[in-house]
Amino acid sequence: MSAQNAPQGADALRPEAIEASVTAALAAIAAAGTMAELKDARLAHAGDKSPLALANRAIGSIAPTERKEAGRLLGAARARVQQALAERTEQVEAAELARTLVDEAVDVTLPIELQPQGAVHPITGLIDLICDEFVAMGWEVAEGPELEAEWLNFDALNIGPDHPSRGEADTLFVEPVSNHLVMRTHTSPVQARALLTRDLPVYVICPGKTYRADEYDATHLPVFHQVEGLAIDKGLSLAHLRGTLDHFAQAMFGAGIRTRMRPHYFPFTEPSAEVDLQCFVCRGESVGNPERPCRTCKSEGWIEWGGCGVVNPRVLRAVGVDPEVYSGFAFGMGIERTLMFRNNLNDMRDVVEGDVRFSRTLKGVAR
Amino acid sequence: MRAPMSWLRDWVALPEQVTGQDLAEALIRAGLEVETVDSIGEGVGPLVVGRVVDFVDEPQKNGKIIRWCHLDVGSALAPVVPPAPVAGRPVAEGVRGIICGAHNFAVGDLVVVGLPGTVLAGGFTLSARKTYGHMSDGMVCAEDELGIGVDHTGIIVLPEAAGLVPGDDPSAYLGLGDQVLDINVSPDMAYCLSIRGVAREAGQALGVPFTDVVDRVVPAPVSAGYPVVLDDPACSLFVALGVSGIDPAATSPRWLQRRLSAAGMRSISLPVDVTNYVMLEVGQPLHAYDARKLQGPIRVRKASENESIVTLDDVRRSLSSDDLLITDDSGPIGIAGVMGGASTECDPATTGIVLEAAAFDPPTISRSMRRHALPSEASKRFERGTDPAAAYAAAHLAARLLVELGGGTLSSDETVVGAVAPLPGQRLRTDLPSQILGVEVPAARVVQILRAGGVAVTDDGDGTLQVQPPTWRRDLRDPYDYVEEVGRKIGFDEIPSIVPTPPTGRGLTRAQVIRRAVTHALAGAGFTQVLLLPFASGDDLDRLGLPADDRRRATVRLANPLAETSPFLRTSLLPGLFAAVQRNTSRGNDDLALFESGAVFRAGSGSAAPVPGVESRPSEAELAAMEAALPAQPWQLGAVLTGAWRPAGWAGAVEPASWQHALAFADVAAAAAGVTVRRVADDHAPFHPGRCAKLLVAGADGAEVLFGHAGELHPLVCRAFGLPARTAAVEVSLDVLIEVAPGPGTIAPVSPHPVAKEDVALVVDESVSAGEVQVALAAGAGELLESIRLFDIYRGAQIAEGSKSLAFALRFRAADRTLKVAEISAARDAAVAEAVRLFGAVQRA
Repeated sequence: MSAQNAPQGADALRPEAIEASVTAALAAIAAAGTMAELKDARLAHAGDKSPLALANRAIGSIAPTERKEAGRLLGAARARVQQALAERTEQVEAAELARTLVDEAVDVTLPIELQPQGAVHPITGLIDLICDEFVAMGWEVAEGPELEAEWLNFDALNIGPDHPSRGEADTLFVEPVSNHLVMRTHTSPVQARALLTRDLPVYVICPGKTYRADEYDATHLPVFHQVEGLAIDKGLSLAHLRGTLDHFAQAMFGAGIRTRMRPHYFPFTEPSAEVDLQCFVCRGESVGNPERPCRTCKSEGWIEWGGCGVVNPRVLRAVGVDPEVYSGFAFGMGIERTLMFRNNLNDMRDVVEGDVRFSRTLKGVAR
Repeated sequence: MRAPMSWLRDWVALPEQVTGQDLAEALIRAGLEVETVDSIGEGVGPLVVGRVVDFVDEPQKNGKIIRWCHLDVGSALAPVVPPAPVAGRPVAEGVRGIICGAHNFAVGDLVVVGLPGTVLAGGFTLSARKTYGHMSDGMVCAEDELGIGVDHTGIIVLPEAAGLVPGDDPSAYLGLGDQVLDINVSPDMAYCLSIRGVAREAGQALGVPFTDVVDRVVPAPVSAGYPVVLDDPACSLFVALGVSGIDPAATSPRWLQRRLSAAGMRSISLPVDVTNYVMLEVGQPLHAYDARKLQGPIRVRKASENESIVTLDDVRRSLSSDDLLITDDSGPIGIAGVMGGASTECDPATTGIVLEAAAFDPPTISRSMRRHALPSEASKRFERGTDPAAAYAAAHLAARLLVELGGGTLSSDETVVGAVAPLPGQRLRTDLPSQILGVEVPAARVVQILRAGGVAVTDDGDGTLQVQPPTWRRDLRDPYDYVEEVGRKIGFDEIPSIVPTPPTGRGLTRAQVIRRAVTHALAGAGFTQVLLLPFASGDDLDRLGLPADDRRRATVRLANPLAETSPFLRTSLLPGLFAAVQRNTSRGNDDLALFESGAVFRAGSGSAAPVPGVESRPSEAELAAMEAALPAQPWQLGAVLTGAWRPAGWAGAVEPASWQHALAFADVAAAAAGVTVRRVADDHAPFHPGRCAKLLVAGADGAEVLFGHAGELHPLVCRAFGLPARTAAVEVSLDVLIEVAPGPGTIAPVSPHPVAKEDVALVVDESVSAGEVQVALAAGAGELLESIRLFDIYRGAQIAEGSKSLAFALRFRAADRTLKVAEISAARDAAVAEAVRLFGAVQRA
């Protein structure tokens, strides 16, 4: 029913007429499926020209005694229409938004490239991880030069002038040799430096590059990384070394990994030992079991990880620490070697060849 | 040291059931590095003793003569089908027909036979097969085929004395299945370079009796035998025994050859084999001189300059005055402990020898060995120190073997010059082992362990022990050495695990924190870290186009570089990165943004580092001199970019890696340390002169410090290093960054007042850089300026040729009020005025 055909004047104020207008309005509102249709329905049934608006204008033409009742009826009618409009608006808006959201869907599997994939080198990542472990225990990270005084690299560490490792077959010497400068063959001179410069007690971890006149093949590099630890305090013993190594091994290779110390010889420690890790692939089950050979440990059950020992009193004396008062321990591991065991590094050459694929292999984080 | 179990069992009562692996495990716990346990002829067999019944030599077309043999291998192993007859002669029952290529046997000899199904060394399984016109029903074996030796000059002929008959298994007699422990002997356990030493350790490790092969002590000096004079303290003892009448045709018996072979040595001749055998068993190297060739007394002395010797290997070697020599009237006849001379060498006609068993100063031998590059089984032992107390017994053992095996006669006149010097003893606190090992070891246990190892112990009852090492333990020098001895005998497994509690640590240093932050920021920004070898060639510096006075030419050279082509330490990270680019592109990795963080080396004062003593801390002057001698080793950051920064994709076109990214690298690194970089145009190798930025940062005192350079590489540099055109690079100083990085900053209050945005477009000459204009605008705008950003550059018809229009977006804001329109205009005009004043900029409408 259009407003033009609606009852005019006082007729429009009859209850039946009001009810009819409301019914017509509700039907039109309910029928509106879009915001545009809803707008049309609003103009037709709630606008200035709508039957209910016109009826409202007719109130002045009826008897004053009937005006109150007519006004009440009309007010209720208009409220019903307004409410229906509001409800329908909400529904239609929600439906339209839902349609829009469907239309705006994207393919989230598209490759997104804001910038190239950067990465921290796995050796850097592992060194950071190791340092964090020790810093958490209260140790500090000490560093020193890669090109080092011969005395600090050898003599101070009880490696005498005739020791074979001081030959040109093992050590890279800086020209002229008479200047007594070498590329450090281990990070141990950093330990000597720590004892020369720091107040006791000393608990330091020393990561860094080391140099050897070594082969360049899948298991040898002339430049590789080591991490060494040194603790000098009153009352330290081999038991504290063992505790530290156990903690370190579990931090690197998981809870429950066992270590074994095998007596060995190093000039700078006495007693000295090599640290073995229980093979984390076969957990020792390949030993004497030809049916289940283990490539990781060559069926030996243990993997050599590094060297360690109680710091030789000769070393302490050379750096001015009284071995009658202080004792302590030192240990050292190859970072590349640890990466071999821990993250399956296959060919050590990959470490220094700069291939981006290698650097990105751990997705840029040490895990 | 290769130690066969069967040989060890001669001297240590190992229970029968103890295998090589069991012993290896026990020795490893005691500190011997047993690397492998292998079995001689592992997997080889079954073998059978055969008697040669009959054979015929048959010449072949290829010139070889093969033997068609009939072998009796015992009735139990008689063939199902009898073989074809030899030369028409009838075949006895139970005989096998086998083709053999060797000729070193006769009818009636006992030989080692492998029948079809037998596995030979290398895993080869025999089968009956037709060969040289006969069905060969097995094989007559040589040593190498069984893996018990390297000999392939003929097949093994078993002596009748072995007591074997056809059909027997000869494996045990041949030593098959004997296990050999291969031990990597550490320098402090030189005494384990002998069966004697390993057996002693085995006895202690398993708690079973050990018998010492050294059965006699060194007597008082006597000069009845060959005359010997010691002229140098580096030789403390010299024993000389004469053996005459040795049958030159006598060869080493199989048992002796087998032991040498198992220990990794070849059989050469009876005298040489015997000296080697005794060296392996006792640890005392011996030397045999041909008695006929010696001229006058043996004299041990240092070499004089210009002296030389022709050694056993027929090489003439010039000697140093530090070389210890064995000489006679003819001159040098041996470099002591290292190698004998050719002039007195035993030869196939030798019947009389003089045996030398001596003790030498280990460092002297070590230096000679290295000087002449002559490592040998003997020098290896002398270098680490032998047991002088064993020398006399070793000489007698060798003499006895030469008498027994070579029919010789030992002269009763012997020579012993010098004496066994006792090793220094000392006091040991009984509680030191417990204190250092971290496990309680009662004093009585300490004494027992040390005594078992040969240490003479006197308990003074005052909490200390007087300890005296045995003559074979030169390594027992300090109290801690005895602690280790106790530790490895109780077993390191017994030591508890205690995590120490250090005092409160200070965490990472500021430098460490910044280095880490920078690395992670760069990785996060899209750069990939690489680690490269820090060696450089001289050529690299030329290819970089460095001027003659560039400080990167101050290189440090290695005396013994790994490759003669790269003898220098790097002074710049860039050549290494360029090589990495080449490696990557050759492997198909074309899009690269590589960076390295590492030290470079700059030649320093050239002064020598002192080498002070080690008895006490060096003086401060000595330590300072050490530092002064070290070349500077600054830590740098370098990067190289080529290919696509971002490849073409669905969202956009390719973004090529360029100079912009090299510049951004420096910004990212600096920002990670809270530092801002200022760039000015520069012409600096190896960069494109028009595309190079000098990077400056503000130092602590406000003055600018050089941070590094970045830009596009010079086209000639790209060509010289084989890099793609327009490769970009950057190198900055991480040390400078750490030095200038600000401390903790203050947080500026965030103004709640509204921002005023003003755009300004200025036309300037092309030669004026945008950065300069921006600095001028900012300076002119004053403190109300919140930020300024260049958002457009226009060149074209609307402005004069040779000029450009730079459009900047300025944002103004006050901390305490809403800015009035007049204030904003004034600030904006002041900004423009400064640019006009400095660069003659014209504001575009």
